[in-house]
Amino acid sequence: MQGERLGIGGAVVIQSGALDELIKVLAAEGYKVIGPTISDGAIVYDEIRQAAQLPIGWTDLQQAGSYQLQRRQDAAVFGFAVGPHSWKKFLHVPVLRLWRAQRQSDGSIGAATDPHPASKFAFIGVRSCELHAIAIQDQVLIGGTCKDPHYAARRDGVFMVAVNCTSAGGTCFCVSMGTGPRAEAGFDLALTELLDDGHHEFLVESASARGAEVIRQVANRPAQPHHRQAAAQASARAAAQMGRQLDTAGVRELLLGNLEHPRWDEVAARCLACGNCTMVCPTCFCTTVEDHSDLANGVAERVRTWDSCYTLEFSHLHGGSVRSSIRSRYRQWLTHKLATWWDQFGTSGCVGCGRCITWCPVGIDLTEEVSAIRNNQPRHGRPLFSVPSPQGKGEGEV
Amino acid sequence: MARAGKPKLAVWKFTSCDGCQLSLLDCEDELLEIAGQVQIAKFVEASSAAIRGPYDLSLVEGSITTPDQAEQIRQVRRQSRALVTIGACATAGGIQALRNFRNVPEFIAAVYARPEYISTLSTSSAIADHVRVDFELRGCPINRHQLLEVIAAFINRRRPALPNYSVCMECKRRGTVCVMVAKKIPCLGPLTHSGCGAICPAYGRGCYGCYGPAQTVNAKALADAWEAAGASKIEMHRVLRSFNANAAEFRSAAETLDENG
Repeated sequence: MQGERLGIGGAVVIQSGALDELIKVLAAEGYKVIGPTISDGAIVYDEIRQAAQLPIGWTDLQQAGSYQLQRRQDAAVFGFAVGPHSWKKFLHVPVLRLWRAQRQSDGSIGAATDPHPASKFAFIGVRSCELHAIAIQDQVLIGGTCKDPHYAARRDGVFMVAVNCTSAGGTCFCVSMGTGPRAEAGFDLALTELLDDGHHEFLVESASARGAEVIRQVANRPAQPHHRQAAAQASARAAAQMGRQLDTAGVRELLLGNLEHPRWDEVAARCLACGNCTMVCPTCFCTTVEDHSDLANGVAERVRTWDSCYTLEFSHLHGGSVRSSIRSRYRQWLTHKLATWWDQFGTSGCVGCGRCITWCPVGIDLTEEVSAIRNNQPRHGRPLFSVPSPQGKGEGEV
Repeated sequence: MARAGKPKLAVWKFTSCDGCQLSLLDCEDELLEIAGQVQIAKFVEASSAAIRGPYDLSLVEGSITTPDQAEQIRQVRRQSRALVTIGACATAGGIQALRNFRNVPEFIAAVYARPEYISTLSTSSAIADHVRVDFELRGCPINRHQLLEVIAAFINRRRPALPNYSVCMECKRRGTVCVMVAKKIPCLGPLTHSGCGAICPAYGRGCYGCYGPAQTVNAKALADAWEAAGASKIEMHRVLRSFNANAAEFRSAAETLDENG
């Protein structure tokens, strides 16, 4: 069945079974198709070749430090929140050889970089918070004067199939961060899963010419006003289900004005400084480089790996680590994410996906930490805790 | 015959199972390369032929458990330009350091018909407790890729690129789903030194700390999380009291659990 000609901003409806066609069309167009799939007891992102690999009929129960898959009553394809992986795994890869140098027989040294991936990515199932996270990493890694060519090569031409969340997870708070649940920009196609009364279909909104071109090759029919209405209702339902809330009003000033708040000591007593929150965060971008040489000193290579502000080396300067206490490292992470990110990049560094809450082995919840500081503020002109002057030296740590 | 100027490598064994030395033999392909770049001057596991010291690089396996060894390691140090310990025994005292928490004369009396023939120390201690150590390579056993990195680094006089952060960093980089969060499996990864490549969680089991303590150890926080996940403090105590029981951070964590019952 051929639908109407679809332009930018247009919408069609496809049956749930047509997702398989969509995946195959994208593969036929030469894309490496990545989507959610179940592995090791979680919904992760990996290469998919058919719709059957999607987590059909599964959902995830998420709480601080806890994630569990559970069967759904229905056959929803995207009836879950975000899992432990984020798309940075593909765009800002965890381990990357930057170059390899080899001593030549004539004594000269030749250096080479590895080729960039041959095929473009198509991402299926990108949530609104994740589109915002990708936009933030774009800003950080290719938005300034120094552009990361490796990220640029992987990011270039990604075909984005967004999914509008129709339910929210236990640690979600995109509404607080203004990043969801409905995808507004940064995608080619946006799917909204409509599942009721024996119907199982997707409203597909197209936001680009190539998006329209792709969906035209999938069996579809024109969207009716009631489809758009049902999609809007589903988004509203997700927005009302947020598992967490973060009051962002003046959060930058709140945190930077409370650098010596006793709550930092309290959270430091629970924090493992293991780095998990930074690894799962879709905006955390820090890397380090390791240099290796072989035994004969004939081959040398530089490898870039994801790094974390929770490691001691991260702030290692002459004489030692600047942030030796867990307190200073947690505070650095949270104040960067929610406060100084604004100064540096003009946005918040948090998109409210909740991964850092779910995947913290001890369940530290940044929304709780912020609210603890907010609710224990100096009142009536009498400070409960001493707040240092801007020149204050604190405890000698940054 | 080795050419002059080729660095001399020696491998020493104290109280240990030999598994870490075997990692060097396990290098197979790279072993020829090693032999090409260094003169393997003393390596009893591989050859009974030995060349006298001094040595440019000594790899030391095993812990110090006898008075003789305590003297011998000083001789090794004197003959070595650089001394690198390999494995949990040499770096933390090994599984045999469990004796440190018990009454050794009682063990000897119970096990040996003639206890007076036994000459042993009451503790199993790390090499660094006796002599200066230039680098400690962790693991039970060590990872051979890390061993090659250490040898290459010392031959080329650079710093080994071997991070000391948690196993969690390796788990996340390889995309492994956290076994603690998703499966409620007690895992020592957040306290444990990286280097193994996060093997155990990749096979669905918890880390049991064979690389010893990471750079930052908040054992109480993890013990509370284990308890919340249904694992008793006794289980945590057992895991801390294994190959790296005598590593300072693990030892004090276990003692704290003792004090709190």
